[in-house]
Amino acid sequence: MERKEINKFYSLFSDPGKRIIRDLKFSGFTLILMFRTFLSLRFVFVKRKEIVKQMYISGVKSMPVCTIVALFGGMILALHTGVELTKFGQQELVPTLMINIMNKEMGSFLTAIITTAFAGAAMAAELGTMKVSEEIDALEMMSINPVAYLVMPRVVSMLIMLPTLSIYTIILGVSGGAIISYFQLGISTEAYYHRVFQSIWLKDMYVGLLKSFVFGLIISSISCANGLKAEGGALGVGQATRVSVVSSYLMVLIMGYFITALFYGGFL
Amino acid sequence: MILFKNVSKKFDNNVVLDDISFEIEKGETFVIIGLSGAGKTTILRHIAGFLEPDKGDVLVDHIRMNGAGSRVRAGLRNKMGFLFQSGALINWLSVRDNVALPLVELKLGTMDEINNIVEEKLKLLQLSDAGEKMPADISGGMKKRVGLARAIVRNPDIILYDEPTSGLDPVMSARINELILRMQDKLNVTSVVVTHDMESAYYIADRIAMLYNGKIIECGTPDQIRTSTDPVVQQFIEGRITGPIEG
Repeated sequence: MERKEINKFYSLFSDPGKRIIRDLKFSGFTLILMFRTFLSLRFVFVKRKEIVKQMYISGVKSMPVCTIVALFGGMILALHTGVELTKFGQQELVPTLMINIMNKEMGSFLTAIITTAFAGAAMAAELGTMKVSEEIDALEMMSINPVAYLVMPRVVSMLIMLPTLSIYTIILGVSGGAIISYFQLGISTEAYYHRVFQSIWLKDMYVGLLKSFVFGLIISSISCANGLKAEGGALGVGQATRVSVVSSYLMVLIMGYFITALFYGGFL
Repeated sequence: MILFKNVSKKFDNNVVLDDISFEIEKGETFVIIGLSGAGKTTILRHIAGFLEPDKGDVLVDHIRMNGAGSRVRAGLRNKMGFLFQSGALINWLSVRDNVALPLVELKLGTMDEINNIVEEKLKLLQLSDAGEKMPADISGGMKKRVGLARAIVRNPDIILYDEPTSGLDPVMSARINELILRMQDKLNVTSVVVTHDMESAYYIADRIAMLYNGKIIECGTPDQIRTSTDPVVQQFIEGRITGPIEG
């Protein structure tokens, strides 16, 4: 065989291997970043202004998109389930289904999807740009810890805002169901909300909030880690942003399953 | 004092520094010249502790920078200022806040003291009127001056300059050159300057080193460099197209 062919054959094995090693190294970096962020929590009070600013960026600015997604998501869900349940004369179950689905899964999941696209991507792009334009190096040169200065306020803001936005999404999603129930299924608003409040379970609420808390940690840590690892100019920043969004989505799905399995039985 | 002992560094298969050794004395202005991509900034980044050599040691004030723990590294960096090529200003902070950043974050004085120091540095670099401007609203040359004001705001012992005069008009270049000399005269600051600007190099340098193919091929006083018999050095300082320098 010629040398070129040997190299091609060799790279069939070495390329995936290199990629796995690179991904493992990055996972390690993200976990270390989480740990360093945890250690930086002692600066929370000092960095309160920056945290509030980040809460505004990642939370308040995401609200218009959250409103539309939650409202229409709730309406679609209610329409689908309502149409099917009406065939069996069981449309009065729609409010129970809505609050259960939104509380247990969709509230935190929809919010995680929106904030990943909205705030997570912005975090990765912002930190990535800072990395390639040597601003992160400049901070280190000034003995300013980039984790305490940049990462911790972003992570803390997400830990606060994701559960808050989740509650907002749940309320709007359920309200979307109320609109459909009233206009399409003939359920009065009063009866709808009466069934909703009857069907709220404390466990569903705290599991849902725990999920959104974990999702906030995942999204902010992965986005910041990708930003801090960006290299190679604008192309590198684009790559970091893309990878952060895809990785966040995958991790949200995977962790979402494990939390559900942990609290509702049938673990693994 | 900065010491490079048999330092080698390669990126992928590209050897950037090949077993180089040199020493920079305290208070000296050491200028590194060479082609683009020759590894000049790599030397600065080794001194600052951003890069680890593959082989050899980098010593700053007799302390090994490579392999040093984060506290030792931070301690050494406290003695240094770094003027980055692009200025590396924090985008959401005004010019004044950028200059004040290390003092505010590390709580190196009361707000009044910090304001006085910042005003003094802004005045030194003729930036007094630009204090409230944002980095996005100022020119590249101005960004560099703000970066320099930030680099000297803590009165460091060592200043690393990455292309300090590129993108500046001749008057401002001369002013920066004067400032580098004044820092050396008054405060005995050690300066390591990476530049392509030969006029500036001759003016400020105590010694000039030429980096080529990963090696320091010539190191000496500005006069020694001017009269060097090495054809590569001659082609570089004269800016000739023809000669031994490839491609």
